Amino acid sequence: MKVTSIEDLKRIKEEAQKRALLREGKAEYKVTVHMGTCGIAAGARQVMAALLDEVAKRNLTNVLVTQAGCIGLCDREPLVTVERGTERVLYGDLTPEKARQIVASHLVNGQIIGEWVVHTER
Amino acid sequence: MKELSLHILDLVENALRAGAQKVVISVREDSQEDLLEIIVEDNGIGMDEETRKRALDPFFSTKGKRIGIGLPLVAQLAAQCGGKLEILSEQGKGTRVRVVFRKSHIDLPPLGDLSETLFVLLSSHPEVEFVFSHEVDGCSWSFNSRELFRELGIEESRDIFFVPLRDWIVYQENLLREGRERESYKHRGSQEN
Repeated sequence: MKVTSIEDLKRIKEEAQKRALLREGKAEYKVTVHMGTCGIAAGARQVMAALLDEVAKRNLTNVLVTQAGCIGLCDREPLVTVERGTERVLYGDLTPEKARQIVASHLVNGQIIGEWVVHTER
Repeated sequence: MKELSLHILDLVENALRAGAQKVVISVREDSQEDLLEIIVEDNGIGMDEETRKRALDPFFSTKGKRIGIGLPLVAQLAAQCGGKLEILSEQGKGTRVRVVFRKSHIDLPPLGDLSETLFVLLSSHPEVEFVFSHEVDGCSWSFNSRELFRELGIEESRDIFFVPLRDWIVYQENLLREGRERESYKHRGSQEN
């Protein structure tokens, strides 16, 4: 559906809220995109947009996507941290395509993609 | 950076890290004046005079070990493109960064995907009031995020809604590029401020 007006947005909102009511729950995963100047220059915006898009497409209401600044690993940007409880997984050298795969594999199926991991904490 | 919209995102990130609750983003393009102007204004903690003077020094940062190249990068780009960067700041009140470029300059990067920049900002900081306006040769469109969310009745559970909102922004930006009638949604009070 082409979104051209405030009225279109209102209609979409009503449909989206009906769907969300069926799947209400607390955020289980926190996904942080590191968005310092280095991250932005390396493609963090596109990675974040892909994450938000994929989370919305899959109706994942247990995922909170947020952002933070540079963590000092500029040469591995774009970087994303996925947290669940005390577990933290830092993924590096990401692309929008990889970000979508992280949603499918890590957030939906609980499978960490080891090949792209820079650091983990448990 | 390949796009000006990435510099805008970086400038707004600075504002957000300065604790801004309201960020005004204005983009103005004027072909007659051969000008492209970007203003990012916030109500964050502001800078003291010493910090303001050093803000354009590469590798100067108030954020500990961080790199501190965002402002110098855009200042250098402005200078390279026949323009300049100005910073007005007052401690405790906020900061206003104005960057102007010569629009026809061969080295000026494209404005790029402004919609994606706004999408990312609105999604990750729904608590912040963003006032956006974009003017191209006298035609403009604008919105105030807080007023828009209120109008749509999505003061909560906004996360389910950002993808359609991005599509709406893309549509408005395309209309603006075509010089056609725009749909603006801006809080009257904000316009007067």
